[in-house]
Amino acid sequence: MNPLAQLLRSIGARTIDGIWRLGFATRFLIATLSHTPAAFRRLHLTIREVYFSGVLSLTIIVVSGLFVGMVLGLQGYDTLVRFGATEALGVLVALSLVRELGPVVAALLFASRAGSAITAEIGLMKATEQLDAMDMMAIDPVARVVAPRFWGGVLSMPLLAAMFSATGILGGYLVGVVLIGVDSGQFWSQMQNSVNFRDDIVNGIIKSAVFGVAITWIAVFEGYEAPPTAEGVSRATTRTVVTSALVILALDFILTAFMFRGIG
Amino acid sequence: MREFPRCPTAGLFQYYAALKIKPDPHPVSADNVVEIDRLSFGYNSGRQVLADINMRIPRGKVVAIMGQSGCGKTTLLRMMGGALRPSSGDVRVFGESLVHKKQDEIYRLRRRMSMLFQFGALFTDMSTFENVAFPMREHTRLDESMIRDLVLMKLHAVGLRGASHLMPSELSGGMARRVALARAIALDPELVMYDEPFAGLDPISLSVIGQLIRALNDALGATSIIVTHDVQESLKIVDYIYFVADGRIIAQGTADEVRSSQVPYVHQFVWGETDGPVPFQYPAPDYASHLGAGSKP
Ligand SMILES: Nc1ncnc2c1ncn2[C@@H]1O[C@H](COP(=O)(O)OP(=O)(O)OP(=O)(O)O)[C@@H](O)[C@H]1O
Ligand SMILES: [Mg+2]
Repeated sequence: MNPLAQLLRSIGARTIDGIWRLGFATRFLIATLSHTPAAFRRLHLTIREVYFSGVLSLTIIVVSGLFVGMVLGLQGYDTLVRFGATEALGVLVALSLVRELGPVVAALLFASRAGSAITAEIGLMKATEQLDAMDMMAIDPVARVVAPRFWGGVLSMPLLAAMFSATGILGGYLVGVVLIGVDSGQFWSQMQNSVNFRDDIVNGIIKSAVFGVAITWIAVFEGYEAPPTAEGVSRATTRTVVTSALVILALDFILTAFMFRGIG
Repeated sequence: MREFPRCPTAGLFQYYAALKIKPDPHPVSADNVVEIDRLSFGYNSGRQVLADINMRIPRGKVVAIMGQSGCGKTTLLRMMGGALRPSSGDVRVFGESLVHKKQDEIYRLRRRMSMLFQFGALFTDMSTFENVAFPMREHTRLDESMIRDLVLMKLHAVGLRGASHLMPSELSGGMARRVALARAIALDPELVMYDEPFAGLDPISLSVIGQLIRALNDALGATSIIVTHDVQESLKIVDYIYFVADGRIIAQGTADEVRSSQVPYVHQFVWGETDGPVPFQYPAPDYASHLGAGSKP
């Protein structure tokens, strides 16, 4: 067969394969969602997952938020001082974080901290036949294992993004006001005047919620579909992080385009 | 110190009273719990793993399935549990065919059976105690003190009451297997499938577990299927034996028939002779030409 035909064939095969997987993933999501009542009726299972995905991610989220905020403070001051508008530093830091960096960076961190852990855990449970054993006991693993993890992640993500933005603003304050000496009153009052609840904060929360669904969906699906071997699980974990990162950035563009105030 | 009953099935009456599932009130002693007709099966890879299997497993009996490694014993058990569907043929458990059942109907049947997995399959995020308590918590409304007593009774029966606080990672292979056994009998199922319950056990634990399986079976009026390689131990406790080779049933009979069998395969298997009709190798091309230079792996 000539190389061109071979190339076309392999592209075609990959496309079909990708569509198959997407179809499986969608059916899996529907199955997971259909067990939502079970996940909330037995709230302790979901709360446990909020602890594992959310609380245990707090350190990395808070530390990264602080540093991102401090960098924003430095960079923002450096730019604003050229226009003599340093009192707008608070606005700049707050808007960048709440609208963009908070949801996106927190989501990327969440995917690599909690998403990979979810995939690895479910994948290992599958590889060691724990899911089969549960199934044999007439307990649906999607209800008992997957649904609580899914909701744990979905609930944690917006809260983590909010924590990220809050500590980021604190970081900007530390650098801008405490270190450089921007006026504290102007820093806060300008921020309060210019940050709009509906357009900025709610949109940021919507973004982080969408990212939360995407990441946890990818994580539980990859874990559940992982080949039951050490290699299969490790590959699935990698795929969770890579796919999540790409999906977060693509979704961010789409969501921002819809929320963009300049249109309409 | 509390005294724990020696018999693992004591306290059964209150226990069933609290269970949501009741034992069959009219056990029919003459019928078959599992019936398999002309079953064949292959995994996706295409090679046929089971071919033309016919089996009858009567209620109240302990039946062994023996055969070489890789001959399809675990696959056969999974068929009986409804985890795999046959390519052709029929599997009936408790008189109901599993072939076209929906998941919730299979789940309804599975609540009357249980399986000991070949590698234990303990839940690694729960302690030994919680592993055994798991089916009780999921399927019954027993109160906490009742669960505690029952779990300790089950663990006592497998000799691990003192290990109830350990995590699965802190157990040895043989201990993990015994905990898995305790979990498999947690709800006193009507049909128990043991996938190699004796693997990795020392001779003492081995006979204790063998006796336990027999005692449980008789005390509960249950039915047991044991997949095993341990011919001598299982001959002591089982009623009937199926020999599987290469996905087919090639011999069957009671323990006495098997012991005195002159069928070459059975004789070789029972007495562990290296020379005989049983091939040790997975199907492969001719050895000499396979090793020859240039041939594919
Ligand atoms: N998931 C699977 N996919 C494809 N083939 C499989 C799968 N599981 C088992 N097989 C094949 O099916 C055959 C029977 O496997 P099975 O696990 O039933 O053997 P077994 O009799 O339980 O062996 P052992 O005594 O070693 O546990 C083997 O040849 C194996 O290669
Ligand atoms: Mg096996």
